[in-house]
Amino acid sequence: MKIIVCIKQVPNTNEVKLDPIKGTLIRDGVPSIMNPDDKAGLEAALTLKERYGGEVNVVSMGPPQADAVLREAMAMGADKAYLVTDRAFGGADTLATSTTLAAAVKKMEYDLIITGRQAIDGDTAQVGPQLAEHLNIPNVSYAEKIDLDGKTLVVQRQYEDRYHTVRVQMPCLLTALGEMNKPRYMTPGGIFDAYRKREVTIVTRADLDVEDEKIGLKGSPTRVVQSFPKSLKAAGVKEAALEPEEAANFIMEKLKEKFIF
Amino acid sequence: MDFTLSKEHEMARTLFRDFALNEVKPVAKEVDETEEFPAANVEKMQKLGFLGIPMPKEYGGQGCDTLAYAICVEELSKVCATTGVIVSAHTSLCAEPILKNGTEEQRRKFLVPLSNGQKLGAFGLTEPNAGTDAAGQQTKAVLDGDSYILNGSKIFITNGKEADIYVIFAMTDKSKGTRGISAFIVEKGTPGFTFGTKEKKMGIRGSATYELIFTDCRIPKENLLGAEGKGFGIAMSTLDGGRIGIAAQALGIAAGALESTIAYVRERKQFGQAISKFQNTQFEIADMATKVEAARLLVYKAAMAKDSQKRFSVEAAMAKLYASEVAMEVTTKAVQLHGGYGYTREYEVERMMRDAKITEIYEGTSEVQRMVISASLL
Repeated sequence: MKIIVCIKQVPNTNEVKLDPIKGTLIRDGVPSIMNPDDKAGLEAALTLKERYGGEVNVVSMGPPQADAVLREAMAMGADKAYLVTDRAFGGADTLATSTTLAAAVKKMEYDLIITGRQAIDGDTAQVGPQLAEHLNIPNVSYAEKIDLDGKTLVVQRQYEDRYHTVRVQMPCLLTALGEMNKPRYMTPGGIFDAYRKREVTIVTRADLDVEDEKIGLKGSPTRVVQSFPKSLKAAGVKEAALEPEEAANFIMEKLKEKFIF
Repeated sequence: MDFTLSKEHEMARTLFRDFALNEVKPVAKEVDETEEFPAANVEKMQKLGFLGIPMPKEYGGQGCDTLAYAICVEELSKVCATTGVIVSAHTSLCAEPILKNGTEEQRRKFLVPLSNGQKLGAFGLTEPNAGTDAAGQQTKAVLDGDSYILNGSKIFITNGKEADIYVIFAMTDKSKGTRGISAFIVEKGTPGFTFGTKEKKMGIRGSATYELIFTDCRIPKENLLGAEGKGFGIAMSTLDGGRIGIAAQALGIAAGALESTIAYVRERKQFGQAISKFQNTQFEIADMATKVEAARLLVYKAAMAKDSQKRFSVEAAMAKLYASEVAMEVTTKAVQLHGGYGYTREYEVERMMRDAKITEIYEGTSEVQRMVISASLL
């Protein structure tokens, strides 16, 4: 089975702070990591390879420093790595990103594409499903468990309060949930080989068959009007020692106070 | 001159740190309290290749270098000095002398399983009456046909009983003094090789420290490591490398105590404010951080000297001397900054201060390091 995993380099949002005046993210000095959902997707792909054979190749679109997440993927066990990078791709929203990725992936062989559900910096969850649309292949989002059955995949997908078990024909695209597994560690030798013996193939604008109007800032209809932090509200009141009836009355009183009820 | 680590070393640090925080830190307190060898984590490290970091790939290793290995011991020791020394003793004291002095056959038979994590290693030089004066070996090895017969005992052996392969030193010709010492590879399970008392220690309490007893222990002649009479040289050069591992362990303990203390002084409030707001705290933290960084540079320099195939005895001695003394000083200050809480087992700096002390003693006391350094100057 030939699997492509799309991975994104993101700032480790656990360590991101907000600029109190501008309300924007302070990204300086924040370490970059492989997006957690993507890492789970990579782990799922590597497990499938171990079970059924094949190869796992990784693709990332981003600035030159995104090289690091591709090396990390190779140190975990990925076979080939591609970095889709060019100034022409800069300023892309999800649509332009998925268009660019689709143009890059079209040149590769695949039975299965796995992306993360969403990235922890943008949180849109759009790029994976959009990529499937561009490639005209079926998409199953929020995959938690993947098994191969002949030429189809049986995927357990999380759906709010229940699971769906879906049978899907390959080639197809799945978006993976960070909770689906515990990604393996790299190995020290894998890291050294990733940097000293292996290569990341660079894919630029010139390599892709795509119209200028559909990539980068030009190809991005999304406009961010404003970004702002969630305002902090006062801590709530804890009333732990109440009987159920008293508790109900207490809540009703509070709701009345706030004119909600 | 460039003090920046390469990208591969930085990424390796990320790996070691993630592993240390996720797998090792959660059990560090329990390992200390119960004095139990952290077998489950050793097994995980064996599978991930942490026990063969500087060993060549052709012998089952990871094909990295001494610097990556030192960073591994540092990161592990930041959260658990016991785990740090298990890796250090295995790699520097057992795998390394077999790589350097072993025949091709010995490397295939012993180094490969040590490097790929199937087997754990240990090193036996110290005896009840031969500590710093290592030349006073009383364990004897007598050639008898196709085998040597070992008699004697070794004490304070790290990874004792847990290890499968031991590099052991014994007198083959007492009349020749240090030139009468030879090195041997002994496997656990060899008849006549048993384990004595387990030491009850102040620190690194999860590390298995045992007495090894050899009673008419017959080992095949082909387990002689290096030539007969070359054992003392093998022991000394092995300890040169081992000191980089212990220096990295000491560095890790100091760096771990510093991290813990920084977190604590920001939280702890006295006189209406965090104690990090007091200048005494700030100056102490500044001094601790500066010394940790200086120790780090010495440790990395020694590791890089070894990697560049230069002589590194003095660099290793300086790194070990300085890092171990910094570990003791920084952990003591860490306890002081924690106040009464720091003296309790609720806070890890208490354990770190106990763990730090051994780094000034084993694999050459601080006094021995001073002898090595001054001998190169005077």
